[in-house]
This record gives sequence, C-alpha cells and structure tokens, in this order.
Amino acid sequence: MSRAATSPRGDRRERTLITPEGLALPITMAPRMARAGALMIDVIIILSGLTAFQLLIWWIAGGVLGGTSLDPDRMSQGVLEFLGIVMALFVFCIWYGYFLVQELGPRGATLGKRIVGIRIAARSSARLTPEAVIARNLLRDIEIFYPVVALLVLTMLAQSGQDIGMLGWVLTGWFALFLLFPFFNRDGLRAGDVVAGTWVVERPRARLAAVLSAQGAAAARGTSALTGVRYDFGESALSVYGEKELQTLERMLRDSPPEALQAVHATICRKIGWDPGAGDERAFLEAFYAQLRAKLEGDMRFGKRKADKFS
Amino acid sequence: MKAPVISSWFGRGQVEAPPDITSAALRSDRFRLEREGDWKRLEAIIVRMEKGGLRRIADDDLIALPALYRTAASSLSVARETSLDAATLAYLEALVQRAWFQVYGPRQGFVRWLRGFLLGGWSRAVRELWLDIGIALFVMVAGAVAGWLLVAQDEAWYYRLFPAGAGDPRVPGASREQLLATLANEESAAGLAGFAAQLFSNNSAVCILAFALGFAFGIPSLLLLVHNLALLGALLWLFDTQGLVVELAAWLSVHGTTELFGILLSGAAGLHIGRSMAFPGQLPVLDAAAAAGRRAAVVMVGVVIMMVVAALLEAFPRQLVEATSGRFLIGGTMLTFWLAYFILYRPAGAAGDALALPEAG
Repeated sequence: MSRAATSPRGDRRERTLITPEGLALPITMAPRMARAGALMIDVIIILSGLTAFQLLIWWIAGGVLGGTSLDPDRMSQGVLEFLGIVMALFVFCIWYGYFLVQELGPRGATLGKRIVGIRIAARSSARLTPEAVIARNLLRDIEIFYPVVALLVLTMLAQSGQDIGMLGWVLTGWFALFLLFPFFNRDGLRAGDVVAGTWVVERPRARLAAVLSAQGAAAARGTSALTGVRYDFGESALSVYGEKELQTLERMLRDSPPEALQAVHATICRKIGWDPGAGDERAFLEAFYAQLRAKLEGDMRFGKRKADKFS
Repeated sequence: MKAPVISSWFGRGQVEAPPDITSAALRSDRFRLEREGDWKRLEAIIVRMEKGGLRRIADDDLIALPALYRTAASSLSVARETSLDAATLAYLEALVQRAWFQVYGPRQGFVRWLRGFLLGGWSRAVRELWLDIGIALFVMVAGAVAGWLLVAQDEAWYYRLFPAGAGDPRVPGASREQLLATLANEESAAGLAGFAAQLFSNNSAVCILAFALGFAFGIPSLLLLVHNLALLGALLWLFDTQGLVVELAAWLSVHGTTELFGILLSGAAGLHIGRSMAFPGQLPVLDAAAAAGRRAAVVMVGVVIMMVVAALLEAFPRQLVEATSGRFLIGGTMLTFWLAYFILYRPAGAAGDALALPEAG
C-alpha cells in the first residue's frame, strides 16, 4: 500500500512518503546534529526539573526539622519516609513520562525536538502507535544513560584508587557502538528507532507566500508602473529558459535585494539580446517571470516540459 | 536544518486578504486563489489539533477535516501537473504532510490505550511471546541450578556472587538461628513504604535493562537472567545447608512469584527482539525488528506494573506475615492470578482489537 523510497532528487536526506491516497510526499530526515541538540535540551530540562524538585523536598524537610526545634531525633519518621517515596516515584515518572507523554501527543515531539524543529514518525508510512513510542524510549536508557552513569561510577572508583581493569574500555566501546549507530545507516536510525520502527523527520513548516502574478508588472500585463513601458517578450526570448531558472527567478523576486535583481536583469537581457536599461529592473523581471511562466505552464498542459535551459 | 522561526511564535493571526481572483494573470494562480481558502482553513484546524488535541475543535471543523485533507491532497496533485509556482507547491507539500500526521496520527490517547492494554492487550502480547518465555524459563532454571552447583562445589563462589556483604549474616557457615532471623518479620510497617519505592525503582531498572539488551541478539538478556538466578541458586544452597530451604522459599514466594515472573517476561521480551533480528523470516530485518519491538514494548509496560505489585508485596506482606503457610498462600495466589490472567483471560471484543498490531510492511 505505502512505502518509502529514496527520492530521485538526490538529496541524501530526502525521502518520499506515499500516502494512502497514493500521493508522493517529500519528507526530510532530521540531521543527526539536530537530534543530538534536541536530546541535550531535553536532558537539561529534565535535570533542572529534578533539581528544583529535590530542592523543594529539602526545603520541606528543613521546615519539618525546624518544627522540631532542630532536634533530628524528634522528627517524625513517617514524614521523611513519605518525602523519600515522593522523590523516588517522581524521578521514575519524569524520567519515562517526559518522553512518552510528549511524543504520544499530536506533535510527536518533546520540547527539545520542537525547539529544533523535528518530530518522530513511523517508518514505512504506517501509523505511529503507543507501542512504538514506548519501545524507542526504553531503548534510550541502554544506548546513552546506563553507559554514561556506569562510566561516571567507574571514573570515581578509579579516582579512589580501585582497580577497574578492562571494564572501562568495554563500557566505552558499548557507548561508542550505540552513539555511532546512527552514522552507519542511511536513515540515521538509532537502535531505539530500529526496534520501534520509527524515524525522526524535519517538521514541515511553510507559509503560503503571496501570489506573484497578482502584483506589480505581472498583474498589469507587463506594464511598468514606474515608466509606463509595456514589456512584451517574443517566442524566441521566452524559449531560452526552463523551469529551474523560472523557479530561481521566483525565489529572487520574493526575497532578494534590488542589487541582486540588477545582476539578474543584466544577465537575462544579455541572454535574450535586449539592451539592458537601468532603474526599472523589478518591473522587467516581474513581467518576464509572468510571461515565461505562462508559456511554460501552457506547454505543460500539452505534456511538454522544459526542465532547464539546457534541455 | 531550518533555523527556528521565532517570528512564527509571535506573528500569528496576521492573515492578509487574498488578492482578487480576476487580478491574477495566470491560470495556475487563479486555481490557487480559488482554493486557498480551504487550505487556510485546513491549516488553522491542524494548528489547533497540534496544540491541544481534539477537544478544542468545533464539530463542523472536525467533520470537514477529512474532506479538507483530500482537497489539499488533490490540489497538490493538480498543482504538480499545472503550476510552476515553487512557493505554492512547497506550501502544499508541507500542509498535506502536516495534515497527514494528524489524520493518520495516533488513533487513541494514552488513557484509551491503557484501557485496551489492561483489558486483553497485555495478556495477548504475553501469549504471543510463548516461545521466548519458554526459552527464558529454561535459562532461568538452568541459572538457578548452576548457581547451586557452583557454590556446592566451592564455597568461594558464594563470596564472588555476593561480594563484600559486611555485616550480612547470610554467609556460608552461619548458624541456623542467624539465618532464621533474616527471614523474620518486622515489628511494624514503619520504613517499609520507602523500602517499597526503592525496590520498585531498582527492579524496574533491571527489567528494562534485560529488555533493552535484547537488541544485541538477545544474548545479554539471557546472561542477565542467568546471573540473577545464579544468585538465587546460591542463596537457596546456603539455606539448604541449615535445612531452611522451605522457609526461604516461602519468604521469597510472597513477592518472588510476581517479581521473577516479571523478570522472566522482560528477559523473554528482550529475547523476542533479538531472535527476530537474528531470524527475521520473510520480512526485511528492520521490519521484523520493528514488529517484534512493538509487541515486546506492550509486555514491558506490563512488567513495570508487575514490579509495582512486587515491590508492595515485598515491603508489606512479606515483612508483616511470618507464618510459612501464610507466605506460601500469598505467593501462590499471586502466581495463580498472573497465570490465569495471561493464559485464560481472552476477551473477544473491541477493547482488545484497539491494540491489534498492524502488520509491518
């Protein structure tokens, strides 16, 4: 029904997703650095949350101690025990709940992932299921956190003069194996992604831009508002360029500064054999864009496409 | 990576009025102007869904969502064949993709999933792992026997398995009274709740480790099972030297039937993943691993619940009930309950179907 394949465009992070309607959608893999950054943000958030909670617990315990006129023996054991339980359960819930609840939400991303603009999705265009999210988050523990904690403990043991032997190297190898795992497959999957059947993609984000053919000289059939000249390009002038150049011109008209437009103007004039004037570049380019697009789209309707100026 | 668009966090709500349709010189732009109202409406609905779920969306919008999604999808197909406006194409591709994530997103929230999980999904997932559970059970029994035999042959092994338990009376050569004292109950419940919370964190971490290690073809999961059960075997041997093995079994059975069952399931879940990666059968390795991983994850959520139960049992009834028969009764009841839940409980209803895993592919 649906599958994912490499896009013909050749970008190494581009994939194509086929929706159940049979529509091919381009999808972009998240870069590995963005994912590492997102994880760091998440860990910082979790750790600061836990630290704040720990301080709160200490503050409450301090208050209880103060209530007994600073005599630790008179403190109620029940209170301390209760605080201990609250802390232990809080740590457990935050550690696993933070990732689970957020990735199961409609955004499919933790706060860190949202900040860097990525989200998780099911591989092979399937539905993202709670099981998949649980599996990928349980695996994170052995990939990163257990080896890091174990290495820290070993370092402390070594500092205090104990012999740790080969164990440090074994752990480092394990850590490196999982850390480098995403670099040894095309989709940048980590072990958790493999087991859960998920991957991490860039969150699509595009705003609807203005209609170029409804503004400036394009809307006024090639007439410049500045000089009143009407630009009208002949068949030969319009058959120089193809779709690639058209879309480059579109991008420049949308967000390039006037100086860049001057250069483009000069190039186009040279190419189509016009004498480049000055001062009315934008109107010229708008008119050229509208007429070139009208011609290329007209050909397109008859099944004739011109990819770029070389074809 | 796109730079985070800060302006998108603040600059909401400034929607320009679309230009007059007739002012557009191009046919493809007229096509776009005629439909962009629907696209913008779809985008607004999607943004609200991403923010806060379905509750904040008006019924009309929710009913219109599938139609709007198909409109946008068909607009994209048409635009690809008729329009050369790169910005519109990019917008439509992003819009359809975002809508696809919502329309074909997770069908159920966490609460509904949990309900389906308790009412049938969990026990079915456990039954699907029957072969791995059998293998893990065999390995655990073998581990316990190995632990017993090792220590029986050479007492030095005991100290290697339980390193440096200073002050712990449970060492070879301890008297019967000393050992019996370690099995005695506590005077009151004080301190036990904290003990339970500690046990829970610790045991869950061990189980999650056993599961996650399955990724390395299941071998480390099995080693972890062997190690844990070898400890148990050594302990059994120690108490057997003083003829206390029945008392120890009773003491352990209170929580052990639940806890060991949980460890068995997590080891089996890890093994399941490892086995499906080593022998993927007809599927590609990645698909086989993904299907097994999702099945095993269901079992693992159940294991965490079992660990909560085990920790409570370990902290309270085990320390408060002293009679051997009473301890056996509690442990046996729990074991019967779990077995009945996993093997006999087979509801045939919608609640279970909600969890049915889609075939990978």
